[in-house]
Amino acid sequence: MQTFDLEAQGLRNLNAALQAQSAETNQTKWEVVNAKGSHAIAVGLDAPIEVNVMGSTGYYCAGMNKQATVHVHGSAGPGVAENMMSGTVIINGDASQYAGATANGGTLIVKGNASSRCGISMKGVDIIVHGNVGHMSAFMAQSGNLVVCGDAGDALGDSIYEARLFVRGSVKSLGADCIEKEMRPEHIEILTDLLERGECDAKPEEFKRYGSARKLYNFDIDNAY
Amino acid sequence: MCGIVGLFLKDKSLEPKLGDMLTNMLITMTDRGPDSAGIAIYGTEHRGKVKLTVQSDHPDRDFEGLAKDMKQALGGDVTMRVNDTHAVIEIDAAWAAAGRTVLAEIRPDVRIMSTGESLEIYKEVGLPKNVAARFDISSMSGSHGIGHTRMATESAVTTMGAHPFNTGRDQCLVHNGSLSNHASLRRKLRKAGMHIETENDTEVGAAYISWKMQNGSTLGEALASTIDDLDGFFNFVVGTKDGFGVVRDPIACKPAVMAETDQFVAFASEYRAFVSLPGIDHARVWEPEPATVYFWSHNAAPTATEKAA
Repeated sequence: MQTFDLEAQGLRNLNAALQAQSAETNQTKWEVVNAKGSHAIAVGLDAPIEVNVMGSTGYYCAGMNKQATVHVHGSAGPGVAENMMSGTVIINGDASQYAGATANGGTLIVKGNASSRCGISMKGVDIIVHGNVGHMSAFMAQSGNLVVCGDAGDALGDSIYEARLFVRGSVKSLGADCIEKEMRPEHIEILTDLLERGECDAKPEEFKRYGSARKLYNFDIDNAY
Repeated sequence: MCGIVGLFLKDKSLEPKLGDMLTNMLITMTDRGPDSAGIAIYGTEHRGKVKLTVQSDHPDRDFEGLAKDMKQALGGDVTMRVNDTHAVIEIDAAWAAAGRTVLAEIRPDVRIMSTGESLEIYKEVGLPKNVAARFDISSMSGSHGIGHTRMATESAVTTMGAHPFNTGRDQCLVHNGSLSNHASLRRKLRKAGMHIETENDTEVGAAYISWKMQNGSTLGEALASTIDDLDGFFNFVVGTKDGFGVVRDPIACKPAVMAETDQFVAFASEYRAFVSLPGIDHARVWEPEPATVYFWSHNAAPTATEKAA
């Protein structure tokens, strides 16, 4: 295992070293110590490596991730796993605002709570939150799944397009065009897989599904050019 | 952007280290706001006395003989200690208003940073580490304090535009965000008799809270009403003689994080400002909820009041 002291060696060196790994690398396991809330840790990775960040991170940890597994052994600051394409990001603690924003693929697991705007404009990512999510989560979500084992804040799924939102607890309010939907067998199947991947012991039957009513301007055929 | 920090000590044994801890937190927030910095410290008070913390761009000229001149005008004891461009003038509490009037007459170029029994505010243009060093903030002791690093967005980079803003005796405020209705609110508050010196939006927020309190609101009520009457994005951290409070707007897009242990309560724009605080690895760390007022006091239990929708 490679150990990298962020305080001693610096952020640019860390990201350069991680980004230099190829699919054939034998340096597959990395540990980052002295994270101390620093920004942009382990961004732009594109190799099947595992990065363990010991401690909490600042802005944009694991942004633009491809293939890698980034595991934060603490809490994550704003914008964790933003624009992720593939791979897995696991946060042991809480995640701040806009976790998984605009992410196209991969899996984001938050073992604590996520803050406001979790999964904003998500485009294919699977986000599994063990605790609660804050207001405006899945705002303008386009594709993918958001699983919330706790409660959701105000305006869940505001202006949502096609993503699936599964919430076990209460929803403070639904945003524009977001409605509760029927939980069909295929959704139970999808959710069972997500809960297993997210290491959640919740039962899929305890969840409600929310999604788009497809009534907003963009869904009206008369608005087509 | 701007960076804000606050530290409220529960453990008295940490009081000699307050300035040092706040300085570290402030310097960590430099890249959120390198234009100017300021810090408010609630330190030693002397019974029956009030402190005017003043600033001059020409301290050699303006502070020379100032204590003597004020004593002559006011009568009674006036003490003064100079700290770089600032000076703390201590007078009988009953003369607080008269002291401000006299000061404006005998030293028109001197600006008042704060008035309070325990509060002192130090602020200047420049990098936070340089501002903290020139006032030797790290050597100061106190029970609580707040600080600010400014990235100017809507008014000039000047000493007067730096935060914190003093909003009434022993009250001060720092802000991260921008208020969009500050011009109309400034006109309204000036008509109501409030003294607002700058074009800075934060000063309007501070004056608004003072105005509400002068009209009978408690601090908690005044903070809660900011959610209705101020437009824009804001995190406010306020200091009072015995406590400090936090409020976020309902959209809550400006970052805020809090930490609490048996020894302290801390606020910062980012978690990394906390990393050198004692016992932070075992602290309860959370983000304050939108449209919710949090307040800690040395005289009362902590409170969190959610503003009804």
